[in-house]
Amino acid sequence: MTINLNINDQKVSVPRGTTVLEAARKLNINIPTLCNHADLCVAGNCRVCVVEQKGARTLIAACAMPVSEGMDIYTNTLKVRNARKHIVELLLSEHRSDCTKCYKNQKCELQALANEFAFGDTIFLDLVEDHNYTIDRSSPSFIKDDSKCIRCQRCVRTCSELQYISAIAVSKKGSHQKISSFHNRPMSHVVCTNCGQCVNRCPTGALVEKTYIDQVWDAIYDTEKHVVVQTAPAVRVALGEDLGYDPGERVTGKMVTALKQLGIDSVLDTDFSADLTIMEEGTELLTRLKKALVDGDKNTVLPMFTSCSPGWIKFIEHKYPQFLPNLSTCKSPQQMFGALAKTFYAQKRHLDPSKIVSVSIMPCTAKKYEADRPEMRASGYKDIDFVLTTRELAVMIKQAGIDFRNLEPSRYDSVMGESTGAGVIFGATGGVMEAALRTAYEIVTGREVPFNNLNIIPARGMDGVKEATIKIEGCTGDWKFLEGVELKVAIAHGLTNANKVMKLVKSGKAAYHFIEIMACPGGCIGGGGQPIPTSMEIRKNRMKAIYSEDEHMVLRKSHENPEVIAIYKEFLGRPNSHLSHELLHTHYVERENY
Amino acid sequence: MYQVGNLVKKLSDKHGRKRESLMPILQGIVEKHNYLTDEAMVEVAKELDISAAEVYGTASFYTFLDTQVRGKYVIRVCKTITCSMKGKNEIIQTLEDILKIKVGETTSDKNFSLIETNCIGWCHKAPAILINEIPYTELTPEKIVEIIKGYLHK
Amino acid sequence: MERKGLNKVGLIFEKIDIKEVLTKTFNMSSNDIIQNILNSGLKGRGGAGFPTGLKWKYTAAEKELEKYVVCNADEGEPGTFKDREILDKVAYKVYGGMVIAGKAIGAKNGIVYLRGEYRFLLPQLMKELEAFHNLLDEIGFDFKIRYCLGSGAYICGEESALFESIQGDRGEPRNKPPYPTSSGVFGKPTTINNVETLVSAAMIIMHGAISYSQLGTTDSRGSKVFSVSGDTPTPGIFELELGMTVQEFVNEFGDGDTKAVQVGGASGFCVPRKKFQNTIIGFEGVPTGGSMKLFNSSRSMYNVLHNYLDFFAEESCGQCTPCRVGCQQLLKGVEKVKKGEAKSTYLNELVKLADTMKIASKCGLGQSVGNAFRTIVENFREEIIY
Repeated sequence: MTINLNINDQKVSVPRGTTVLEAARKLNINIPTLCNHADLCVAGNCRVCVVEQKGARTLIAACAMPVSEGMDIYTNTLKVRNARKHIVELLLSEHRSDCTKCYKNQKCELQALANEFAFGDTIFLDLVEDHNYTIDRSSPSFIKDDSKCIRCQRCVRTCSELQYISAIAVSKKGSHQKISSFHNRPMSHVVCTNCGQCVNRCPTGALVEKTYIDQVWDAIYDTEKHVVVQTAPAVRVALGEDLGYDPGERVTGKMVTALKQLGIDSVLDTDFSADLTIMEEGTELLTRLKKALVDGDKNTVLPMFTSCSPGWIKFIEHKYPQFLPNLSTCKSPQQMFGALAKTFYAQKRHLDPSKIVSVSIMPCTAKKYEADRPEMRASGYKDIDFVLTTRELAVMIKQAGIDFRNLEPSRYDSVMGESTGAGVIFGATGGVMEAALRTAYEIVTGREVPFNNLNIIPARGMDGVKEATIKIEGCTGDWKFLEGVELKVAIAHGLTNANKVMKLVKSGKAAYHFIEIMACPGGCIGGGGQPIPTSMEIRKNRMKAIYSEDEHMVLRKSHENPEVIAIYKEFLGRPNSHLSHELLHTHYVERENY
Repeated sequence: MYQVGNLVKKLSDKHGRKRESLMPILQGIVEKHNYLTDEAMVEVAKELDISAAEVYGTASFYTFLDTQVRGKYVIRVCKTITCSMKGKNEIIQTLEDILKIKVGETTSDKNFSLIETNCIGWCHKAPAILINEIPYTELTPEKIVEIIKGYLHK
Repeated sequence: MERKGLNKVGLIFEKIDIKEVLTKTFNMSSNDIIQNILNSGLKGRGGAGFPTGLKWKYTAAEKELEKYVVCNADEGEPGTFKDREILDKVAYKVYGGMVIAGKAIGAKNGIVYLRGEYRFLLPQLMKELEAFHNLLDEIGFDFKIRYCLGSGAYICGEESALFESIQGDRGEPRNKPPYPTSSGVFGKPTTINNVETLVSAAMIIMHGAISYSQLGTTDSRGSKVFSVSGDTPTPGIFELELGMTVQEFVNEFGDGDTKAVQVGGASGFCVPRKKFQNTIIGFEGVPTGGSMKLFNSSRSMYNVLHNYLDFFAEESCGQCTPCRVGCQQLLKGVEKVKKGEAKSTYLNELVKLADTMKIASKCGLGQSVGNAFRTIVENFREEIIY
């Protein structure tokens, strides 16, 4: 049913249920917003979007008001302007406005609003001093600075709607209202998964990643140190957004050049260790299937869960510790890379591992936490020294004065710079599953996975939970036991969807063999360390770019990666070998559920 | 806090394990233990399968669902306008003197907590207080001394 | 302007045979009941004054099978205590009103949301409820009432915040629309009425709409229970016909030295002596949920204002900017002016802020903070400034 209304005396027709804000956008009339976010439910609490409705006693919040027939809306009356100015100034009065020193300077939505509506002297009194605000730096991934919080509750909605975990919630009321963890405990001591989705949606500097830019610069300038960088697959399809490109532009080659220009000694690719992960995890899956289906081993549990998303790992450690044995023991590609950088790579390049500084560029804030886990010291050193987000890399490129747009592309260094399309698609939801199937199916049957051009379409796309069944036929050699088995797999992204799958698994209603879970919406392309803003449309563009990157690769199956073949030959022996277990596998910890 | 766990289970059996059961369960805990310990809130979160931060967030919204240590008898002195006009301050002063605590504090024997609260609906008989759920009205310093004496002998 | 003078009425607390009213209701159609309530002119007694019959009509029109009658007994407005007295004295009439509303809208479930401050009443109320449920069984009514208890939050008197609280959440008001009549408690069509409104409805069914509508004025039909406090020799609860002036009220209840009356509590209006004569208590003048506070010349209106602002700064739910931050600004602002740290003209800026809060806040709380602020600052400016 269509509703007709007028906005600023222009007629517009929209479907019933459309909000005034959406209707105005259709007319290209901009109504400022703040608490509103495309990924989240409507809150209607910041009131920045108030507009005037003819005949109404009060102003209305455009984001929360559904259109009605014959409505007359005015978005720019004196009444609206005065109220909006007041509202922005009120927000500023409870916000520590140390803008020039703020990490979010010029990337802050409140600052942008202030610029438009509240410049000049404010009439309101500073309320920051009245509150006993705290800055929580306990998490290795992010900083929560309550003095910059404007209570838009985007973070709270993110944490509950998208990520189910609700590590933070609104507490107290009135002037004491704030966003709190459980009884204000440090973020490092609560169920927080460090996924950074809140950081991605915070309009101000109240939630920002903990940055290690200066530490990395120090390492670069330290002539004693050999700085090796790995870049995750999802970074190359998003970095451009922070450097003036549209979402979905692939900037892989330019990014490599830029890193070299920053002074990185060796620019390598996480895709390499993603391919390696497939070898390890694929072998683990097949071994588990054999133990469970043939040997009847009671200690082998199915389904097996992927383990490359550190946010997901922390989620299951807190929420479903009874299922920790179901997690693949494989480290994430970042940590596999880290363990090898200070062992295999050091040997190959004749470097003293204590002089290697291993830096990873990740779309993720949880990776910062993962690198800090005590388990991640298999090399005898901290396997990964510093984790930078996509955003931090963009900052460094800007700091260095690099003209990114005009860079010539270059290739990754070697060793550990070679990759396949399978490694690339790790960056999108379903990608690990697709990469694993491409390899596992071929190991078992000697034939390519039976999907057109290797594209396993059921594993792709933005559906929250995806399922697929693959019948295994024509098994060879040791794998005869899988003949005719219908391999059931599931894929979930975003922890709310992960929780749905876990509930199914817990209830015993789902007989899956293998489940891929990524903590962030869309997978790593929608990671908490990716450029801000984010939306479904932006994530879809990044996803398209990932699959396009895959299509453009000559090698698209992990087991065909020549460097992967070589490392098994020269160093690791075979997948799941003793040395593999030592370096590339890990264990998990049960954690409290609060 | 094994006991709290039991109480939370009992209350959840009584009121159910849906989100709407949260308030009566929290009220039940406060009735028994005067305030909500962290352990109690974690237990409630577990029973209701909701996040502990949300339990805290909800509890801390409500003045009577204390998340700080409270004594056996929580004295809430109304501070809204009529009680304020009619001698609230003398009542507070008297209470502070006899209990030897300030507003916001709890006696060391954990018997009494003294706090201020907003309008409790006894403006026509101001000043008024609540001791736990029981209202006392038209108070004078003399009267409040007698009332507290009564509680001391309980 | 239509006036009625000050007349004491004894409707709300009148002892009645509730069985008679219920039997009568049992034999009435939903439409009959709604028509009766519409004809009586009854408006909500909680303060907002929405026509009760319309509320019921809208809820009745909803097609959902599951509907609720909610009794708002979260009387938290400073200076209001009449609902406590009504529940204490004639709870069965409140329950009766809920059954009537239930029959009108097609609901089988009622919830009384009782403020935590009145918990001491609960044992007695539950006992009466049991007897009442037995009576319903006797007549053959399929209607059940249960209690939900608040825990100290003024904002839960706001209807959608109250629903949130019943649902076990923070009492934060919702965006409207949808309105309770289509999506109330548990997302179901709900009619939510104040304690006194429900009793009035029961009396209208008992005595008929005509006799009720003869009380009061065109805009303010019927009688109203007033909570009288402050500087008065006779504080207490009084049922009065609507349509009197503040002067008439002060003549009856004042101590001879009344300089201002706060009508409608902290969220209401301050009427100064010079306006007593021309201000009618009711929807044509100053509406009230019943709170009438008298201040004599010994009182500092700065203290009154400060007390109210302190109250709002604490009791705002905190979710929307104008209310959460606005209340703090008003409070801190008047403190600065009083101390001489801000110019007296700063009050003009604060009045403008109060006006913004009135039109831009999410719910009735934030929208009414400006009432007391504006009327006290306008009428007693000299008491606020340094």
